[in-house]
Order: sequence, then structure tokens, then C-alpha cells
Amino acid sequence: MTTTTVDEAPFIEPEASAPRNYLNDEYGVLSWLLTRDHKRIAVLYAFSVTLFFVVGGIMAFLMRLELLTPEGDLFTSDTYNKLFTLHGIVMIFFFLIPAIPAVLGNFILPIMLGAKDLAFPKLNLLSWYIYMIGGTFGVYVIIAGGVDTGWTFYTPFSTQYSNTHVFAVTLGAFITGFSSILTGLNFLVTIHRMRAPGLTWFRLPLFVWSIYATSVVIMLATPVLAITLALLMIERVLHVGIFDPALGGDPVLYQHMFWFYSHPAVYIMILPGMAVISECVAAFTRKKIFGYKFVAFSSLAIAFLGFLVWAHHLFVAGISIYSALIFSFLSMIVAVPSAIKVFNWTATLYKASVSWQTPMLYVLGFIGLFTIGGVTGLFLGALGVDVHVHDSYFVVAHFHYIMVGGTIMAYLAGIHYWWPKMTGRMYPEWWARLSALLVFVGFNLTFFPQFLVGYVGMPRRYHAYAPEFQVLNVLSTAGATVLAAGYLLPMIYLAWSLKFGRKAGPNPWGAVGLEWATTSPPPKENFHETPVVSWEAYDYPAFLKAMKETQHG
Amino acid sequence: MANPTLHHLQHPGELEEEARAHHHPFLQHHFEDLGQQHEASTLGMWFFVAQEILFFGGVFCAYAVYRVMYPEAWSAGAHHQNWRIGLVNTIVLIGSSLTMALAVWAAQGGKRKLTTLMLVLTLLLGGIFVGVKGFEYREHIHEGLFPGASFTYVHHENPALTPAIQLFMVFYFTMTGLHALHMIIGAGLLLWFIKRAWRGDFGPEYYSPVEIMGLYWHFVDIVWIFLFPLLYLIH
Repeated sequence: MTTTTVDEAPFIEPEASAPRNYLNDEYGVLSWLLTRDHKRIAVLYAFSVTLFFVVGGIMAFLMRLELLTPEGDLFTSDTYNKLFTLHGIVMIFFFLIPAIPAVLGNFILPIMLGAKDLAFPKLNLLSWYIYMIGGTFGVYVIIAGGVDTGWTFYTPFSTQYSNTHVFAVTLGAFITGFSSILTGLNFLVTIHRMRAPGLTWFRLPLFVWSIYATSVVIMLATPVLAITLALLMIERVLHVGIFDPALGGDPVLYQHMFWFYSHPAVYIMILPGMAVISECVAAFTRKKIFGYKFVAFSSLAIAFLGFLVWAHHLFVAGISIYSALIFSFLSMIVAVPSAIKVFNWTATLYKASVSWQTPMLYVLGFIGLFTIGGVTGLFLGALGVDVHVHDSYFVVAHFHYIMVGGTIMAYLAGIHYWWPKMTGRMYPEWWARLSALLVFVGFNLTFFPQFLVGYVGMPRRYHAYAPEFQVLNVLSTAGATVLAAGYLLPMIYLAWSLKFGRKAGPNPWGAVGLEWATTSPPPKENFHETPVVSWEAYDYPAFLKAMKETQHG
Repeated sequence: MANPTLHHLQHPGELEEEARAHHHPFLQHHFEDLGQQHEASTLGMWFFVAQEILFFGGVFCAYAVYRVMYPEAWSAGAHHQNWRIGLVNTIVLIGSSLTMALAVWAAQGGKRKLTTLMLVLTLLLGGIFVGVKGFEYREHIHEGLFPGASFTYVHHENPALTPAIQLFMVFYFTMTGLHALHMIIGAGLLLWFIKRAWRGDFGPEYYSPVEIMGLYWHFVDIVWIFLFPLLYLIH
């Protein structure tokens, strides 16, 4: 172990009298790269996913620049194909899927459970390394010249015709998949076996329920993607016809297998967002979440039903009308548990004294945008409408409302909400509110026009378009600029706050939950002594009473 | 992680029953006791097996789709497998499951030598299985049945079946190859646990690694129990 000097401190200056915490417990690069502390691993993930977010964001911005004018004047169509493909791959596999579970989940989940760590700390570190190896393949492909299949890698184009780096990028996605599987497995075992005394299932914060549901989906869906991509790689290398109709294979089978993972993957991305929202709504209304059990079970219902709807991505791929009908119906059903969550959050807000701090602003943004994204999802789940808007910008707008308006909003809410816990410092509230506003305005300006332009027929995945679509596209690009500013601001002021931010106490929000019952930042073992839980979830009076007793006792 | 130095610092006289439970050399710091640690690791392996089922499930599903699509080619493909060798290998593998189960039993009973012996036998039988598999692969490659550029085989009775037979061989090599890969990973783990068993790490208090190794090994065997009829026996 190296000596303690101010210069080597990764986050905060160790003062002579600073209490020991996970950040100043050890110093040096190796103490981070070989750490088994879930909190430090969460920080490693935070840096890595932010890096990929910037990479994916730059690609999105380049696409919006190209789409300022109807002509393809900035990039060739080949380059544009690579841009949207890499944007999708980087954002989905290397940012959205790991973002909330691996950063916030890793950090907060064990503390919420009153545990000292996840059940398998070494496996947790291994997950990060696997993720980084997969990510290295992604970066290699970007540098080596890209890939142009779309993030869905549809066959036979991806296996027989594309002359870009399909093999390397699918191998990267394959490897990264095991990182999520191991993280999900670790979370599941931890939730089952590591809860503090008294922390029964129905006393768990709703964050835990949602992360539990996410982990189930990760664990049961990701291996199917792995085997699908493995078959794709075999086909590409050997030039055999697993999915190539010219050689006796069935390309629709590829689509079935791909979406059997990739539709549940949407819930892998949104359920953790819902996890954050439940926590923030309770914290900033100082109320119990309305209908706790409904919200808890709706997470499990989403996880279950999410497995039964994949073929709604195949309505125009030639599946039988009867199976399309059933999948359309099931897609409507999966909206029910999502709606339960939205209604219950809203009911919690009703007659509450809401504090308008930054995380809450993001939460309100999430609830509105997720609702729009969800309802337009129903349009797409309806057979007739889907045929009309399939492969148009309507679809692009829809899933960005879920993934950007939903997941990224929730991620930002969570980062701001737990920032004082993770770093011991407060972020600057004024700047944070400004960026929340910029993100909300910029997001809507970027993506709402895409609903309109898609509905009137602009197809996705082209670098040039008909001149009559230009006004809406200019609006969209203008929105993307505002959105980019909204995303850059937090990176600056959050970094600033590490050194100059006001010190946060153990519970700056006056919130309920075990993570607020320990110091900020938490000690290496999370708690100085194992907590005993005697209160129901979000029971403010009981929690505050218990805290007072611990202090005096 | 367990901290053995802490353990050795204590005087042997202090190692009362209760102290042992708290400072067992293999008790990791974040668990309350060995019971919790054992439950966590076995549950972890069950979940891992669940994801393995989905992993193999994908390729089984694709296999089933093409079997329905090309029943004749599938039948012709299965004819190219030597079911006698497959049967011998099946028996070898079931035997290894028996020795694996006995290793778990021996570890629970604190029988150090018997545990080691059973693990060595399991490794040996697993090795025989993979070796025989390699021999079969060599035969197939020799007959020009390896898919891709080296696929020179032509079905004489009905040459039109040849592409679909190649597809069968793709599934044959993918499924048995993935299975063999799991065997090889298992063999690596066995080597490690043989060393640990011989060192005397396992006993009535602490035998979780052997038990979860057993879960994994039995799962890989069960996969073969499905592969054998699907690839060798179905006509």
C-alpha cells in the first residue's frame, strides 16, 4: 500500500481527522483496480459508462448534424450507416444496460440491504473486467473502421454480405453479456441471502424489488442473446446457412432469437430507472409510496410479461397473422403493470408537499416522458398502426422516449440523489436545476418532432431525406444541441463538487432507508454495526425514531 | 475475503466452538456465518445453472426448428454418428456423476483422501469423455463433415439433402462443442478443488466448493443426456 498523500487522493482530501470511509481507506491505483468493495467497483463502472456515453453521444450528434439538411452532404451513406450502428451498440450494450444496475445498484443495493458487500465480491470485480474486455472490442471496432449492420445485426446481411467488423463487435457484445449476467446473479443472491435482520421482503425499498426483477430478466434473457450471437459468429466464420436462406437457414428465426433477448432488454434498461424513481418520489414527497405491494409486484409482472412480447418486432417480417395477433394482445397487457407504477407515483404526489430539488425535477420529467414513450409503444404494439409507422422515425422517437426520456432521466435523478452519499459532497443546486431544465427542453425538442416526421413517412436509417421533412429535422438538431449542453453541465459541476461542494451530512434529504442511516461516504464495511430493521418501507416516523434511538443508545 | 493471518494470530486455545464458527479460515468477511455463506454460494450456482439452461435452450430451440424443417437430413445426419461410441461416452459421463456425488458425500464427512480420490476419478472420467469426443471429431473431419470450406461430403442417395446435412453438422459441432467446453472448464475447476481437497480444506463445516462443483458437473451431464438422443439416436 502506498503512503497517504493529498495528491493521490482520488476524490476528497483526507483531512487529519477525516473519519475512515471507503474512499480514504486505501490509496493508489491498485487499490482501485483490485478492489472487491462494491462501492469502489460502482465508481469504476461510473467512469467507464460515462466514457461510453460520451462516445455514443458524439455519434448521435454527428448524425443530427448530417440530418440538418436533406442532402447527404457531411457523410457518405456508408459512414452514416456505421454511425447509427455504433451509436446503438455503444449506447445499449455499453451504457444503458450497465448504467443504473452496475453504478447505482452496485453502490446502493448492498447498503439498502444492510449488508457489508454483495454476496460474491470477487465475481463483482470480474464483471467489471469482463465489461471492459467487451468494451475494448467495441472501441477496437470504432477505431478499425466500424460496423454497418444496425445494432440488431440482422442476418443474412451481417453474416454473408457486410464487409465491416461484424465479428469483433458481436464478440464484444457476447462478452459484455456475461458481465451483466454475473452482476444480475450477484444481485439476486445478495437480495435473497444478505438482508439485515428484520428486513423482510415487504420492508424492502422498492428500488430493491425493481433491481430484483431486472436481475431475473438479465439472467434469463442475456444467455439467449449470447447463444444467438455465437451462432451468428459461427455462420459468419464458416459461411454456413444457420440464418441464411440461400443456404437453407431461416432469417426470421434469427429475429425471433434476437428479440427474445432484446425485447426483455428494454425492461433491463427501464426497470432500474423505475427503481430510482420510486426512491426519489418517496424521498421528495416524504410519503409512503401509494400501493407499495402493487408497485413491487408490478416490477415482477413486467419482468414476466416482458418475455412474452418479442414478436411484436416482427409484425412485418412475415410471421403468421394469428401469432401477430397474440403478440399484439400480449404487448397491450405488458402496459398494465407499467401504468400501475405511473399511477401510483402520481397518487403519491397527490396532496404531498413536494420539494423541488434536482432529483425530483428529473423524476417529474421521467414520469411525463415515460408515459409518452409507453403510450406510443401501444401504438406500435397495435398491428395496423405498426405496419404504417414501421421503420419510420416514429419508432426512433418512441424508443428514445423510453431510453433517453426514461432511463437516462432516471440515471441522472439517481446520480444526483445519491451523489452526497457516494462522495460526501453536495452538488451545486442551481446549476443542477438548470441542467435538468436543459435536458427536459432539449430532449423534447429533439425527439418530439421525430414522432411527427415519422408519422408522415420519414424512414429511419437514411443519411438523406425528402426536403419537406427539413423543418422538423432542423428543430430536432437544435434540440440535440440543447440536450448536449444539458448532459455536459453535470459532468462539469459534479466533478467540481468533489473538491468544492458543500459537505453532506449522513442524510441530506431527510430520506428513509438504510443508506441514509450510515455516514457519507459510507465506511468500507458500510455500517459500523449491522443494522436491525424495525420499520416498514418509507415509514418516516418509525425510521426517524429508530435513528434517534441508535444515536442515543 | 477470508483473512487467514487473523486466524493464525490467535492462540489455539482460544479456538472455542463459537470462535471457530466466527473465524473459520474460509469464512468471508461479509457473511455472518458459514451457513449464510454456504446458502449464498449454492443459490448462486443454481442461478448460474438457470442461465445455462437458457444458453443451451437457444441452440436446442434452433435445432428443433430445423429438425422440423429438414427431417430427412436430420435422420441422415444422425446416421453418421456412431451410437455405440456415444453410448459408451454416456456411461462414462454418468459414472463421473456418481464419483462427483460421492466426492460431495466424502467432503461432508471430512474424509480427505476419499474426497480427493473421487475428484480425481471424476476428472479422469471427464477426460476420457472429452478424449473420445475428440476421436469422434477427428473421424468426422476425416469424412469431410466439418461445416464450412472443408465440408466435402456429398449424400449419395439424395445429393439435394447435402446442404441440410451440413446444417445438421453445424448443430452437432456447436452443441457438442459447447458441451465439451463446459467439460473442460469443469476439469479446470476440478484440478483446483483436487488440490484444495488434498490440502484438507474441506470438512463437515465447509464443503460448499465441492457441492457447487457437483451441481455444475451434474448439469453438464444432464445436457449430454439430452444431446445423445437428439444427435445420435433420432431417425
